[in-house]
Amino acid sequence: MDFQALLDCFSSASCVVTQTTGGLISGMLLFLVAAGLSLIFGTLKVVNFMHGSLYMLGAYFAYTIYNLTGSYALAVLGAALGVGLFALIFERFFMSRVYGSDVLMQLLVCYGFILILDDAVKIIWGAEFLSMGMPAAFQRPPFMLAGGIVPAFYLFLIVITLAIALALGYLITKTRMGKIVRAAAINPTMTSALGINTALVFGGVFALGGLLAGLAGALAVPVRSLVSGMGFSILIESFIVTVIGGMGSVAGALVGALLIGLVRSFGTIGFPLFTEGLMFVFMTIVLIVKPSGLFGKEL
Amino acid sequence: MKQASVGRDIALAVGAFALLAILPLVFPNKSLADFVVRLSAFAVFATSLNLLVGYAGMVSFGHGLFYGLGAYSFALMLQKLGLSVPLAFLLTMVFSALVALVIGAICIRLKEIYFSFLTLAFQMLLHSIIIAWTAVTGGDQGLTGGLPRPPFLGIRLDDPRHLYLFCCAIMIISLFVMWHLVRSPFGYTLRMIRDNPRRTAFLGVQVWRVRLLAFVVAGVFGAIGGALMSLFVSSAYPDFAYWTVSGEAVFMILLGGMSVFLGPTAGAAILLLLNDTVTKLTEHYSLVLGIVILLFALGLRKGLLGFLVEAWSKRGAQTSAPATASRH
Repeated sequence: MDFQALLDCFSSASCVVTQTTGGLISGMLLFLVAAGLSLIFGTLKVVNFMHGSLYMLGAYFAYTIYNLTGSYALAVLGAALGVGLFALIFERFFMSRVYGSDVLMQLLVCYGFILILDDAVKIIWGAEFLSMGMPAAFQRPPFMLAGGIVPAFYLFLIVITLAIALALGYLITKTRMGKIVRAAAINPTMTSALGINTALVFGGVFALGGLLAGLAGALAVPVRSLVSGMGFSILIESFIVTVIGGMGSVAGALVGALLIGLVRSFGTIGFPLFTEGLMFVFMTIVLIVKPSGLFGKEL
Repeated sequence: MKQASVGRDIALAVGAFALLAILPLVFPNKSLADFVVRLSAFAVFATSLNLLVGYAGMVSFGHGLFYGLGAYSFALMLQKLGLSVPLAFLLTMVFSALVALVIGAICIRLKEIYFSFLTLAFQMLLHSIIIAWTAVTGGDQGLTGGLPRPPFLGIRLDDPRHLYLFCCAIMIISLFVMWHLVRSPFGYTLRMIRDNPRRTAFLGVQVWRVRLLAFVVAGVFGAIGGALMSLFVSSAYPDFAYWTVSGEAVFMILLGGMSVFLGPTAGAAILLLLNDTVTKLTEHYSLVLGIVILLFALGLRKGLLGFLVEAWSKRGAQTSAPATASRH
């Protein structure tokens, strides 16, 4: 524990700015993954245990597309759509077979897929760490804010993920499509009796969740290095986020993800050995005080 | 009647131990002996997980926490504190019981998939502590320098033959104790909670207390599995606490069948064999394992031993109600 370092950081504006923006971008990436996880759980009542692998796929897809075309926009778009499609196929052909059975089977199907995808990534892209570097469009001098450094890409990332958060919230709460999704979540039998194809709704939600995870992976490529198995830690973190924020709530995922991002970012200064533990302490407190999460409804 | 069955079980346990003791004399093959030692660790570990998954209906996906905890605390007590083997073994059990009590108290507040993930999350916390706390755990290199294994009661664990017999004995004692636990009133309460927690609560049972006790018992035996493994490899590695250990244990249960007491043991043997065979042929063990898991999860649901036992009991008792055969 190094409280002195933490205090020193809080007393200098530049350190606060640097750590806050760092925390915000990891929080926003985490939000994209956690929102998909939360959305899938809220609608289908299954936890997609391989959601982290979708994030990993997104990152590798973006890496490859960028190296082929040189366009980062194309890479992000292609990765998101590709992973969305992959998630749809996974849901239709594998996950949907175990909806009726117990949690154990759902976990095992996902576990099998994690192992297969991790090894497939090793076979296709190799076992070494890969990094793409900053796309040309963002290679410009960083912004300075009160002495702290804010790279242009960070700003872009924060803006675009915030826009997605708003769009997602709008989609779920204000549109007809969102209404159908919520209806299918509450009572799928009744919804399908009213003439709505719930299999399509479930597949669509899963694909949307996958798309968000793929998007997160693609957006993470310039600032993270790629390695097989990279999805697992973000899976655990986004699970913690959804426990804190409340499963099924997009707003909860946003708040939870930003909290975790900031806790981690400042935690590395104050408690370098206990950064991970800090998240757990946080989660445990929430579980004891409000077991359904900050924004969750009764389970 | 109870007396007679205990006597029979003790006879069976002694018989099993005698068989295992004779095995290396008949087949003096080092890899076979090593296989049995590794199996002893995984059999105890997987069976302890099945107390939760199969009997209590609590799908823990973080049971590897106790495997890693047992391995590290046992190894550290031998290496850093210089304790004797029996004392280190005992203290490992006490320590893991305490950890299980704290983590269990947090985790059992949640149901089903939440419980699974929360246990998994705690396991990853232990893993990251092991990686970060280099001064004590050796970080990602694991414990180096080997474990001192001072002789006790004439047992010299440095001798592979003694180690073999010791591990077999611990495995059989652990399985014996767990077998009697699942047939005790406690074991039946667990099954009752699994099948209908609300009704169990109405009958005056403190459901959370029984669940917590099950979590602690499973944690202690899981730690014994880890301790056996650390004794075998004479070290402890962060991989022991990695999440895949939990996944493999869950799959062992599925492979052998969770509705038969020895199912997880059979599953452990099958998975170890598969592991040894596949790693000889290809470096892509995960890929093969993943495909096998998918085949099982989407196909053979009750495991091999469960499938065989069911087929046998169907053949034997054509007239009895078939519905009761699915879960005991």
